[in-house]
Amino acid sequence: MSQGLTMVVCIKQVPDSAQIRVHPVTNTIMRQGVPTIINPYDLFALEQALALRDQLGGTVTVLTMGPQMAETSLRKAMGHGADRAILLTDRFFAGSDTLATSFALSAAIGKINAETPVDVVFTGKQTIDGDTAQVGPGIARRMGLNQLTYVSAIPAIDKAAGEITAHRRAEGGVQVLKTKLPCLVTMLEGTNELRRGSLPDVLRAERAEITTWNAKDAGIEDVTKCGLKGSPTKVSKVFAPKPRSERAAMIEGADATPAAIAAAAVETLVAADPALPGVITRPSALA
Amino acid sequence: KSKELPEHLKAYRHVWVFIELEHGRVHSVSWELLGEARKLADTLKVDVAGVVLGPAGEGTDQAVAEAFHYGADQVYLVEDPLLTNYRTDPFTKALTDLVNTHKPEILMLGASTLGRDLAGALATTLATGLTADCTELAIDGTSRALAATRPTFGGSLLCTIMTLAARPQMATVRPRVMSMPEPDRSRAGPVIRERLDMVEEDIVTKVLDFIPDADTNQAQLAFADIVVAGGLGLQRPENVQLVKDLAEVLGAEYGCSRPLIQKGWMTADRQIGQTGKTIRPRLYIAAGISGAIQHRVGSEGADRILAINTDPNAPIFDFAHHGIVGDALEILPALTEAFRARLAVDRLAG
Ligand SMILES: Cc1cc2nc3c(=O)[nH]c(=O)nc-3n(C[C@H](O)[C@H](O)[C@H](O)COP(=O)(O)OP(=O)(O)OC[C@H]3O[C@@H](n4cnc5c(N)ncnc54)[C@H](O)[C@@H]3O)c2cc1C
Ligand SMILES: Cc1cc2nc3c(=O)[nH]c(=O)nc-3n(C[C@H](O)[C@H](O)[C@H](O)COP(=O)(O)OP(=O)(O)OC[C@H]3O[C@@H](n4cnc5c(N)ncnc54)[C@H](O)[C@@H]3O)c2cc1C
Repeated sequence: MSQGLTMVVCIKQVPDSAQIRVHPVTNTIMRQGVPTIINPYDLFALEQALALRDQLGGTVTVLTMGPQMAETSLRKAMGHGADRAILLTDRFFAGSDTLATSFALSAAIGKINAETPVDVVFTGKQTIDGDTAQVGPGIARRMGLNQLTYVSAIPAIDKAAGEITAHRRAEGGVQVLKTKLPCLVTMLEGTNELRRGSLPDVLRAERAEITTWNAKDAGIEDVTKCGLKGSPTKVSKVFAPKPRSERAAMIEGADATPAAIAAAAVETLVAADPALPGVITRPSALA
Repeated sequence: KSKELPEHLKAYRHVWVFIELEHGRVHSVSWELLGEARKLADTLKVDVAGVVLGPAGEGTDQAVAEAFHYGADQVYLVEDPLLTNYRTDPFTKALTDLVNTHKPEILMLGASTLGRDLAGALATTLATGLTADCTELAIDGTSRALAATRPTFGGSLLCTIMTLAARPQMATVRPRVMSMPEPDRSRAGPVIRERLDMVEEDIVTKVLDFIPDADTNQAQLAFADIVVAGGLGLQRPENVQLVKDLAEVLGAEYGCSRPLIQKGWMTADRQIGQTGKTIRPRLYIAAGISGAIQHRVGSEGADRILAINTDPNAPIFDFAHHGIVGDALEILPALTEAFRARLAVDRLAG
């Protein structure tokens, strides 16, 4: 049995949402010149995997499906300390929805698994562009991995026993779950801070060989399950939300004292939403 | 290109809502979805069904009864002790079996942590389309398909998505996006029971514990009705208390912009924005926050935003509905007092 944990971290290269602009006439996304970044949520997954490697040894492979230029994100992840990077790229993958994306990623993870059995697959909670949070559960179901979503901590992991304990954020509390390896973890945001890359890692990443797989390399025979063809959802239109036509209405109050302004603000808010006082529920507030 | 549905999918009929029952309580998003399902079903001239999964007992009985009150015509019920605490496997199996047996054309779930965990797994086993986090649902006139509209790129774009050649058409919807229907306590209907056909040994994942949030612990920002937040304009760590005081009077959650996390003035679970929480409250009060795009994308889904800033040109006034140009350190305590006074008056008035 191999030492340490074999981990795969799925990362997606996304446009930096801060800089996304919508064409005023055609209502399409203007991607030209928009810088791309690693999906910020995926950084929490990457750090968790690196921390487990510090603790127990093993390897961290970063995997992305995307165009050739997604290589940049893989190099960045290696600069932070990932051991190996795989780019899954093929024209057949274009237009994938989450079902088709999880199909392609599962095939690639399956191939990694055939080399060395994978213990944990990590994903971020969601992306900042598609923003569905569906790819993680999709991979878990397809590969028969035990699914742990919205994980805030991994207090115990025992490779020999094949067991993992995780804290899962649920409605109104935290579920403490214990399951078997291999598993899929979608990591919650704000749970850690990604380490800076060491100089040797950054230099290694610059020169590293990025493994590039097309559909065939990943062992995909039925390409109709990929890309637009393999996607049951169809985007029928994309449009910009109606821009808010006015700037904020300024509240000034009878005189400029904070008390007068505050009183005017309360009146304004209640007039705009008469049910508001009813929403203010906590009785202790009234004591 | 023909918009006719393939023959084998024509048997799929009716609109289903997954009723999210946990710890004996139903998540309010389920009732909101039943209200929405009613409208879709009326357009399609089909029925609305609620799906209840849970252990035998009072909470489950109540969920079934209320599903009718909120608009279900029938309820599919799987009662089993294995469905007491949420786990992906038994819930996915129960729903997969129900869908394969009874064939709904539309299935909606709340976009809660539970709903998203379950929906993603379920859509994969059913090999169907799932549209996430919808804000608007309609029926397309020509194809009879569900036209599901959702924001992407953090709200800067909307898109309408349809699932044309697979069934059921699945969608998740966030809490409080759809309005709450008026319950009709006289409504009742048939309950169709199915079995889970699983034993505990089949389920690999075990729930060791559930640690409920203490009020001060994990912030429930994403689901709060009112959120008060502070930014660098608070100037000193002790002024965070001014935000907490106003939140306390309003029964609100409090949060902040990212720099306050980096300075350690608040815990990371309180960050609002692109790399923090997306909030969608009824009222958001932002004090001393400039309104950078990363903050904006996480907060502009609020129904109403009041911004307090000393700078009349702060970008936050571009997307806030109401603004106060002033010192947050003075305005926040004044607002706390003004709301306290207002609530006391309301309470006296009954
Ligand atoms: C405007 C718009 C709206 C969309 N709406 C939908 C929709 O409602 N339903 C639907 O099925 N599809 C939708 N899609 C398609 C969807 O964005 C793509 O399938 C995408 O490849 C993955 O989905 P996501 O970005 O939502 O990822 P999520 O499911 O949010 O991502 C979760 C995690 O999965 C991993 N991951 C995701 N994509 C990749 C990748 N390419 N490579 C490596 N790891 C990855 C990351 O770790 C990420 O943190 C939409 C796309 C656009 C542009
Ligand atoms: C990849 C990335 C992700 C990010 N994610 C997030 C995120 O999730 N959330 C987030 O918030 N930020 C995020 N940021 C940071 C973001 O770009 C801004 O830097 C941040 O939101 C600014 O915080 P602020 O408004 O508190 O501070 P500032 O921008 O410094 O604004 C302070 C404001 O307070 C006003 N002010 C000063 N004194 C007073 C006073 N006495 N009374 C009232 N007003 C006063 C000033 O006029 C100013 O407008 C991210 C950045 C990057 C690069």
